[in-house]
Amino acid sequence: MDVLTNDSARQRLRQAPLIQASSVPQMTPPSMDHLDQLEAQSIYILREAFARLKKLALLWSLGKDSNVMIWLARKAFFGGVPFPAMHVDTGKKFAEMYAFRDRYAKEWNLDLRVEPCPPIDAVDPTLPPAARSAARKTEGLKLALAKYGFDGLIAGIRRDEEATRAKERVFSPRGLEGEWDVRDQPPEFWDQFNASPPQGAHLRIHPILHWTEADIWAYTKRENIPIIPLYIAKDGKRYRSLGDQDITNPVASTASNIDEILAELDATKVPERAGRALDHETEDAFERLRVAGYL
Amino acid sequence: MNMIISPTSALSATPNGTTRPQVRIVIVGHVDHGKSTLVGRLLHETGSLPEGKLEMLKAVSARRGMPFEWSFLLDALQTERDQGITIDTTQIRFRTHSRDVVLIDAPGHAEFLRNMITGASQADGAVLIIDALEGVRDQTRRHGYLLHLLGIKQVAIVVNKMDRVDFSAARFAEISKEITAHLTGLGVTPTAVIPISARDGDGVAAHTANIAWYKGPTVVEALDALEPARPLEALPLRLPVQAIYKFDDRRIVAGRIESGSLIAGDEIVIMPAGKIAKIRSVESWPSTPVEGRQGAGRSVGITLDRELFIERGDIIAHAGTSPRDTRRVRARIFWLHDKPLAKGDSILVRLGTREARANVVAIEKAIDPGALSNEEGKSIARNHVGEIDISLAQPIAADPHGDNPRTGRLVIEVNGRIAGGGLVLSVDAGQRAAPIDIVPVESALRPDERSARYRHNGAVVWLTGLPGAGKSTLARALERRLFANGGSPILLDGDTLRAGLNGDLGFSPQDRSENIRRLAEVATHLARNGHIAIVAAVSPAKDDRDAARRIADTAFREIYISTPAEVCESRDPKGHYAKARAGTLKSFTGILNDYQPPTGAELVLDTSARSVAEAAEEIERLLANTGILFDELTDLAANI
Repeated sequence: MDVLTNDSARQRLRQAPLIQASSVPQMTPPSMDHLDQLEAQSIYILREAFARLKKLALLWSLGKDSNVMIWLARKAFFGGVPFPAMHVDTGKKFAEMYAFRDRYAKEWNLDLRVEPCPPIDAVDPTLPPAARSAARKTEGLKLALAKYGFDGLIAGIRRDEEATRAKERVFSPRGLEGEWDVRDQPPEFWDQFNASPPQGAHLRIHPILHWTEADIWAYTKRENIPIIPLYIAKDGKRYRSLGDQDITNPVASTASNIDEILAELDATKVPERAGRALDHETEDAFERLRVAGYL
Repeated sequence: MNMIISPTSALSATPNGTTRPQVRIVIVGHVDHGKSTLVGRLLHETGSLPEGKLEMLKAVSARRGMPFEWSFLLDALQTERDQGITIDTTQIRFRTHSRDVVLIDAPGHAEFLRNMITGASQADGAVLIIDALEGVRDQTRRHGYLLHLLGIKQVAIVVNKMDRVDFSAARFAEISKEITAHLTGLGVTPTAVIPISARDGDGVAAHTANIAWYKGPTVVEALDALEPARPLEALPLRLPVQAIYKFDDRRIVAGRIESGSLIAGDEIVIMPAGKIAKIRSVESWPSTPVEGRQGAGRSVGITLDRELFIERGDIIAHAGTSPRDTRRVRARIFWLHDKPLAKGDSILVRLGTREARANVVAIEKAIDPGALSNEEGKSIARNHVGEIDISLAQPIAADPHGDNPRTGRLVIEVNGRIAGGGLVLSVDAGQRAAPIDIVPVESALRPDERSARYRHNGAVVWLTGLPGAGKSTLARALERRLFANGGSPILLDGDTLRAGLNGDLGFSPQDRSENIRRLAEVATHLARNGHIAIVAAVSPAKDDRDAARRIADTAFREIYISTPAEVCESRDPKGHYAKARAGTLKSFTGILNDYQPPTGAELVLDTSARSVAEAAEEIERLLANTGILFDELTDLAANI
């Protein structure tokens, strides 16, 4: 009698998965819009970085792009950011930016690392003035890398910002000095990434490389991500891009909310970084900065 | 500054296509045939150039003493401008009346083929550009071939520099015929063939009198006809596992759905192991769990209804439509590394999120796609393509490319850098290295179908030890237990097989090795087909057992029955010790002291110190803990 019971129990057990195997559901899932696609791709990149590198940090410049990036990391890792958020601080940011940093580092429960930049004398004197000032950040970055031994830095650059950034890889290998070898970038395709930096070198990971300025704003609005008020027009001007106070200029604008920012972007032909002096001093100023390790 | 807030720019017309379709198009072709110029012209004609850009380009051109050069728009690097060539791929956006276009410019120089591939791999469609004067050149053919390997099926042909051939319809027809034949041979049908002069704008956005004989679409019209790639929702579910997260009390399996869709409650199978579970929930942030079906393209996190060993690289599928598990793959690849790929080379293969060491078993074809010549050589040179047969060090889950483009493609890494990639042509389920003339026939059943029935995965349980150590007794007890639980154990006793299959073998070291090899092959075949093969064999030589482990690979569980020699001799169940002592049995392992004990056995059991039942139970526990027996079976057996 016992044996019989056992057998019928096993019979049920064996048949259960076979019955369900034949009923693979046919229902269509809801389709993804443009922002859904961007988000899914960025999450994929962040998870690849976290899986394949040993010591990661996310570069938090406090601007709209890196705020979106932190938001995406929280989505990728279900609420928390499982690596430090590093602010390489030139000490010359706007007061609103520091206030934002201190508030949201706490609110978002970030492992915040604020790293200082060296004085201007330590920076390549052949660079034009604004570029030299920005290059301080590169030096600060190198110091932080040496201090913590990160093998991966997650950075919020985008292809549509600037022509040399458009040539970037998603996983971009850097030399021992943090330099970018633009003549010999490795192949990267099908979302398979080169993630084996040599000992002592690091990788830059660019999870929002494929986003545009308008994408960032549309997503910020959809997700209700907080922003620094400097992006909203005041007295006929607003900042499109935030950098050091002394080398960043506002643009003319009347946009009082994100919808209006998007409408202005739709109409303008002025590039986003027009207000960033360091991009325009000479033909190759920005390329030189980037080759040396700037973001 | 010109800031207009247009009242018609409501959110429904958000820039960059939250409503408009976005299509990504790569421009490819031979060096100097005018790729970058066409891109510059397209942006100009569609009014997409940023303010000040035209002036900047004039200044940059003048500084180099050149007439106006469109290519400087994208060739942003100093070396690119100085040498007049595109080194790396780049992207730029513009809009046509119906869609947002991301234009990907790719270098045409053979030296930078890796960058062309990097760019082209991101495209939904391609424009292949050909110089009307020079005609089809080696990079034209090479790029055409690579588009096919990259899976890009929508290709528009542009015949550029028509001004240099006096807008000759005859010359256009000649080139059109040649390239169409080439692409059709690769299975790619051109969507259009368009005569243009990119420098002057003929045929780019408008028809001009110069090419009045041409009635087809302009370049802009052809771009408008290219469709964005669609998510692969209609195909079976493939969710390659990126990671398992335990940030809180949830154990979340994270990954991106490459094809198909899933919903909480689905019964899934985890490949290549073939383990079965149910999706308990789809997790998310800020709100969780997510109700409803999740489709291809989504990055998701799921929890399962049971604790299973699951790792990065596994592929989650639906039971009944799972991918194959394999250690052998044939692939059509392109090769980018300086050192040619040769038979016997050790490589790292990445397929989905799986990374696996592999060996190149054979180079079946090697082709220079530029010259279109088959090469006799045994290796695939840099920038060439070929077909290879790969043997993997561990089983992976894969699909033929024809069945699933996402889990049917792989990349090859050498020294930590991507060196090539290609399409999976065939997946030989469960097959090992085989000579080329032999065509293995696959089982009609998939591993998950068997494991669903037996509630265990296949395994080779290899009991080694001195004669009389208790191997056969224990093997029989284990067989009985597994069978009683609904499993499919099969006993392979060394002596029994010597009576038949191995009847031609004696006891020389060579024959003993061959004996073990045959046991291992038979046992592995059973294991691949879902059975638990229990091998009881003295197998004294460590080398032979290591060979058996290589054959059975991850299915191998070595169990050393370490019963002391004097106990074994006192048992002497087959009377061998007595005969050997009497000198009538030659080459008997028991008293020749030539048994080499294992050093890396999964389990060591001394049968003089425990009952047969206890020993069998320990083996069962090992099998449960190492992914062979399904956990719930033990639970269920305990409850019945």
